[in-house]
Amino acid sequence: MKHFKTINKGHLQESAVKGGCGECQASCQSACKTSCTVANQKCEK
Amino acid sequence: MIHKYKLNGYNIVMDVNSGAVHIVDDIAYDLLDYLDEDFSEQNREDIIGKLSSKYKKGEIEESYNEMIDLYKSGLLFSKDKVQNSPKIKYIDSPIKSMCINIAHDCNLRCEYCFAAKGDFGCGRVLMSEETGKKAIDFLIKHSGKRRNLEVDFFGGEPLMNFEVVKKIVDYARSKEKEHNKNFRFTITTNGILLTDDKIEYINKEMSNVVLSLDGRKEVNDRLRIFTNGKGSYDMIVPKYKKLVETRGDKDYYVRGTFTKHNLDFSEDVMHMYELGFDQISIEPVVSDEKLDYSIKEEDLPKVFEEYDKLSKKIIDLKKKGSHINFFHFMIDLDNGPCAIKRLKGCGCGNEYVAVTPQGDIYPCHQFVGKDEWKMGNLNDETFDGDMKKSFSKANVYNKNGCNDCWAKFYCSGGCNANNQEYEGDIMNPHKIACELQRKRLECAIMIKAALN
Ligand code: SF4
Ligand code: SF4
Ligand code: SF4
Repeated sequence: MKHFKTINKGHLQESAVKGGCGECQASCQSACKTSCTVANQKCEK
Repeated sequence: MIHKYKLNGYNIVMDVNSGAVHIVDDIAYDLLDYLDEDFSEQNREDIIGKLSSKYKKGEIEESYNEMIDLYKSGLLFSKDKVQNSPKIKYIDSPIKSMCINIAHDCNLRCEYCFAAKGDFGCGRVLMSEETGKKAIDFLIKHSGKRRNLEVDFFGGEPLMNFEVVKKIVDYARSKEKEHNKNFRFTITTNGILLTDDKIEYINKEMSNVVLSLDGRKEVNDRLRIFTNGKGSYDMIVPKYKKLVETRGDKDYYVRGTFTKHNLDFSEDVMHMYELGFDQISIEPVVSDEKLDYSIKEEDLPKVFEEYDKLSKKIIDLKKKGSHINFFHFMIDLDNGPCAIKRLKGCGCGNEYVAVTPQGDIYPCHQFVGKDEWKMGNLNDETFDGDMKKSFSKANVYNKNGCNDCWAKFYCSGGCNANNQEYEGDIMNPHKIACELQRKRLECAIMIKAALN
């Protein structure tokens, strides 16, 4: 493509089907303790 | 829903529901102004007509066709199907994370401490070994089939009660096999009491360690002070260096707070980097607007500018092959958490609880000491299932305004504690926090674009 360069295809919708196992870290815990950002968490699967 | 923005010379378009990210040229960027959620090909000529004064017709058509292809592949204006997933209603989720406030006491008197200078307003006490063991038993009992259990030692200052920390770790480890659990420990410290022995222990047993430091000496020593008003920088930095040098590849964060006094906090991040730390987190202070060091709405433009500056510095460093990780710019576009996790967020009060030296249970460390939020007690084995249920509903589809926010899959609806404290309800997003969150996400994605 010339006008759109896709740098990430995104699998959010599919991820919901397999996901939700709950094995990953609670998001506020690791570094900050004052806010919630989930995009930087690791998936355990 | 899409979100588009210009930053650092990049035109970035995010497709919210799929998570796709595109870098586009000016024609495509302008074209998207004329389209909405349910766009159809019918108004094609119309749109091309509107842009024809600015761009060549052939180019506009080409761009339009590319956009249609992306739409058909589900990478632009995609629909959200997660909303109807039964997994979003997770009423009876097990509790798998716990913050153990091992010491409601502290050897510093940091001005901005949300723990009311260490004791959360509940008196200076250390947790007993007995209460600590009960906390572990509680966690195991409520964790259902979850295997990975996380325990954070927090305070006050956890090193003031380090012998009990060790006993709790031993106790938890002794229960792992029998219950098929894997404990992961984190400890947060202000560094004052770190010794070689403690460093060795932490590097062996703790899967993460959070080391508090605000950055430059003058910044740190303004607010992170002893009872006599003296700063802590000179005492802690050499200890942190030692800890990090011997840590191997385990996680750690050097973590600071920025306030109105150091709105140029990118300098503090760089200072930490120059000290040899490459895992860094600096967060805006969470405090009442009335306090002089609070970040207020009027400070946002300056803070945004600073995030931009920091992004550029990080891009430069990474292009040179250096390693630096700023917690709030960390984002894994390919293999990040699943959508379910992203919508539910921190799990406070539902998957995560905090316990105090007195055995009281709260939804999370930031609710500690607020009587009306007490969920129960380890000693009399009480636990408020109704309160847990109300926290389980705190996802982006239920929080006010979150469902229409482009950041929902990255932010997860903000911090319940801040929402409660500053907007009066866990379901009402805290406006300043939202602005900061969205800005950091824009930077994080722009960094990805720049390094692509
Ligand atoms: S471990 Fe992965 S799949 Fe499981 S809930 Fe967390 S992010 Fe989702
Ligand atoms: S940024 Fe604010 S409105 Fe957007 S999802 Fe987060 S909390 Fe909700
Ligand atoms: S409510 Fe806020 S402080 Fe508490 S766990 Fe969630 S994000 Fe962290």
